[in-house]
Amino acid sequence: MKHYHHWRLENAPDAIAWLYFDKEHATVNTMDAEVMEELSLILDFVATHPDYKGLVIASAKKQGFIAGADIAQFDQFEDATEAARLLRQGQQIFQKIENLKIPTVAMIKGFCLGGGLELALSCRYRVAEEGIKTRLGLPEVKLGIHPGWGGTVRLPRLIGLFPAMNLMLGGHLLSAKAALKCGLVDAVVPERHLVGAATYYASQTAAPRPFSKINQLLNISKVRSVVASGLRKKVRAKASPQHYPAPFQLIDNWEELGLMDPTCFQQEAETCGKLFFTDASRNLVRAFFLQERLKGLAKQSTFSPEHIHVIGAGTMGGDIAAWCALSGMRVTLQDREAKFIAPAIARAFTLFKEKLKEPHLIQKAMDRLMPDPEGLGVSKADVIIEAIFENLDAKQALFKSLEQHAKPNAILATNTSSIPLDEINTVMESPQRLVGIHFFNPVAKMLLIEIVEGERTAGTVTDKAIAFARKIDKLPLPVKSSPGFLVNRILMPYLLESVAMLDEGIPAEAIDKAMTDFGMPMGPITLADVVGLDICLSVAEHLGKYFDAPIPDQLLRLVGEKKLGKKTGEGFYRYSKSGAQIKPKQSAPFQKPLSTLSDRLVARLLEESEKCLAEGVVTDTDLLDAGMIFGTGFAPFRGGPMHYLKSK
Amino acid sequence: MTTPHRAVYIVDGARTPFLKMRGQPGALSASDLAVQAGRALLARFSFPPSALDEVILGCMIPSADEANIARVVALRLGCGKTVPAWTVQRNCASGMQAIDSAARNIMLGKSDLVLAGGTEAMSRAPLLWNASMVSWLAGLSASKTVFQKLKKIAQFRPSYLSPVAALLRGLTDPVVNLSMGQTAENVAHRFHINRTQMDEYAVLSHQRVMQAAEKKYFSEIVPVFDNKGNYFTADDGVRPDSSVEKLATLKPFFDKKWGNVTPGNSSQITDGAAILLLASSDAVEEYRLPVLAKITDIHWAGLNPAEMGLGPVHATVPLLKKNGLDRHDIDYWEINEAFAAQVLGCVAAFEDSPYCHELGLAAPFGKIDLERLNVDGGAIAMGHPVGASGARIILHLAHVLKREHGKRGVATICIGGGQGGSALIENVSGGAAS
Repeated sequence: MKHYHHWRLENAPDAIAWLYFDKEHATVNTMDAEVMEELSLILDFVATHPDYKGLVIASAKKQGFIAGADIAQFDQFEDATEAARLLRQGQQIFQKIENLKIPTVAMIKGFCLGGGLELALSCRYRVAEEGIKTRLGLPEVKLGIHPGWGGTVRLPRLIGLFPAMNLMLGGHLLSAKAALKCGLVDAVVPERHLVGAATYYASQTAAPRPFSKINQLLNISKVRSVVASGLRKKVRAKASPQHYPAPFQLIDNWEELGLMDPTCFQQEAETCGKLFFTDASRNLVRAFFLQERLKGLAKQSTFSPEHIHVIGAGTMGGDIAAWCALSGMRVTLQDREAKFIAPAIARAFTLFKEKLKEPHLIQKAMDRLMPDPEGLGVSKADVIIEAIFENLDAKQALFKSLEQHAKPNAILATNTSSIPLDEINTVMESPQRLVGIHFFNPVAKMLLIEIVEGERTAGTVTDKAIAFARKIDKLPLPVKSSPGFLVNRILMPYLLESVAMLDEGIPAEAIDKAMTDFGMPMGPITLADVVGLDICLSVAEHLGKYFDAPIPDQLLRLVGEKKLGKKTGEGFYRYSKSGAQIKPKQSAPFQKPLSTLSDRLVARLLEESEKCLAEGVVTDTDLLDAGMIFGTGFAPFRGGPMHYLKSK
Repeated sequence: MTTPHRAVYIVDGARTPFLKMRGQPGALSASDLAVQAGRALLARFSFPPSALDEVILGCMIPSADEANIARVVALRLGCGKTVPAWTVQRNCASGMQAIDSAARNIMLGKSDLVLAGGTEAMSRAPLLWNASMVSWLAGLSASKTVFQKLKKIAQFRPSYLSPVAALLRGLTDPVVNLSMGQTAENVAHRFHINRTQMDEYAVLSHQRVMQAAEKKYFSEIVPVFDNKGNYFTADDGVRPDSSVEKLATLKPFFDKKWGNVTPGNSSQITDGAAILLLASSDAVEEYRLPVLAKITDIHWAGLNPAEMGLGPVHATVPLLKKNGLDRHDIDYWEINEAFAAQVLGCVAAFEDSPYCHELGLAAPFGKIDLERLNVDGGAIAMGHPVGASGARIILHLAHVLKREHGKRGVATICIGGGQGGSALIENVSGGAAS
């Protein structure tokens, strides 16, 4: 047998071929041209050897089955035609798996994504390990494309149109249990039975499953067009076709050809090839690599904190503590009295229930999170995060004491969003120990953490803080301790500008609509209501000390009337008891094109972005774009503010 | 004891607030309670939980999910897979048994650092199917044909649904067929303790717990939290408005109509955990641990199950005798308050010539001054989670000795089934271990 670089073909005594994917010089299996070529040769070899009674495809890596296609290859295609041709080749290789006469099994442990799942779909059977790390899905739409190696055809054929469309249009991932439920995998077993289950299916001679009745019905083109318009409507509620063409293309393809047309695969390859060359895909791939860059910042550090101590059990402190416990760390959560900690414990329980589901895992996480009114965790923690109220004296007193009692190598961090580190650390004996670890609200949803460096912060301390951020699976963004850091600094003038527009008589819905049309996840007026107008005002006042930023009258008036936004039921908008925004009564429609509004607001945002770069708040444009995409949801398909500015 | 053995130190301890049963299962299970107390205790020390040699807990009614509850708790505390853990039962003295077991292993040199105590969620004691229901269900599942099944279903009787309360059965002595309250009636009868005396004692217990709480004498209590945002910082069974007049209105519960023992002068049914850290002098040195008290000896005795409340007398007399001590050497006493009648019965028995004579004393043991007995109240006011009480009274006695600069103390407890346990401890909080 020939030696391959990325694959290993082994024979089991029972005439089952075991094909292990073990990509050279990589810790994770991804598929590129070389990998596919070798796979093709191997499949030819297996097909021509009648001794084989079955084939199992598995990963030889410690983590995961296959993460998908190598995204670094995405921008190496000459044009859409070449991309389509290469995709077609890939499809044909996977077709070889499907064409094998012997039973084929994908043995899945850990992630099985994109092209990896498309490979698994071309096998006759799939068995998956039951663990929490096993995740299956076709998240291609998140990169602005749709699956291109037969996934858009094989997945709906296997599990039915609606579950398949659901999975592909949303790009979300399934647990092993959920994959079993929808029929994506044939068996879910604990690791100890994984090989046994794979061997069992590789010895099955039964015919593959018949085509379901519902799929037969959907094969009628008139039925398809009705269903397709329903699907489009659903997707449009979440993303616009201009910004995110991929899911709509996916629906178009299906409407046109269904699942049984012989040209389905050809069509998939061609439209996917075209999608590669859309701005949306280019920018979403850019966003992906920006994310990789932030992740990579921690690579140098070996810092591996086990115990986190959080001081202040309010919304931020409590949620930070819960997130750390969820990430597997021991956490002590300190506040003055039990009564201040109890609500945070209840919120943590809700979070753990949602994320962990299994009662024994929830209990474990709860046990890791210890309420600590006495502050016993201070002397034992590897990272101490202060999240008390924004008061310089209080913070100074706290860090002075922490410095005395913490372990000498513990990280001392503040979650302040407004007080410069170099003001807090003046009272410290070792000011180089203080670093900012600035989380965003809601902690469980926001990926970004600003790692704030004061003038005196030691580089080793910053590195450790970055490593900590990665340990809890967040994206660290190193920023200079200047007022507002990066995200709030850029966001605030934009928000204030939008409120100033209100003062000018422009209706709130028009302003919000202008920005959601631009691609922001939420309009600025709604965002201000969600953040809380009191918080907006205090940040605005704080930033106003440093920059020229007049505070709009409306904001002052509403805060004065204690109408603080969503949390009080009324801000710029009104909210129902359940927190839903109540549509305001029809005001005079806005006559000018909405783009005049978004141009003006975005200009304000870009202006501030450029200032931040000039002042060195972050070191380069990519970090700024990353910060705005992951910290504010700045339209990712536009590649970040600076990228947008450049491409305008 | 004649064989030389190593000293055993109480380094520290923590307990949960004792939470009274309020008609439905409490917010926390027995292991939840033990984990929250143990977690807060271990957080005070720099050694990792994996440094413990073993974890021993007493518990009488762990839930179905808590087999060998000590191991469940040890793992949940993060002790790691290598720290062994075992659960002990000696009915109402299970917590004291855990401490005795830990102390023995330290004395023998088998262990140096042990987490020991007890936990109980009495409010979560299960309701069981009765025997008729169990055999009917078994018959149903054995029926193969539809006809057999229908026949079996037709045999069902509503009485099968009447449940057996594990808690009530557990508080009944199966050998003499008396409830614990009835054994207290026996003790009251024997030593002529009347209803008023019982009620007066109960009021005293409530008053003492309240005063001690006001003076912040229960420093061993750590707050506990449930998953719904509730938190508990203090024992919640104490009645500030308790009075002899009010207690007089309660009806006898165990011997209906003619009896004197009421819920008001009995211990409460309560959830709680009490956990202690015990150490050898080697461990004290190695981890630079503070010391609170020394466990000198623990003694167990058996007696008539129908008078189980007098157990403390039977255990304490030989305990002091073999340690060469008498009543005057003991500065503070804890006699667990299962029932007011039973505490008063013990006090009377200690003074009773014929009773002491039977225990091998030439003269009566003597009077135990109420000013030195249960000085901060007891189980009548704060409750008696059976697995935890034995550990609680030892821990609290250690704190009392430290506070009052006493030298020696005895913590003793009566045990359903007719036993007594008694622990002799010595205050060493003032200085280094010796």
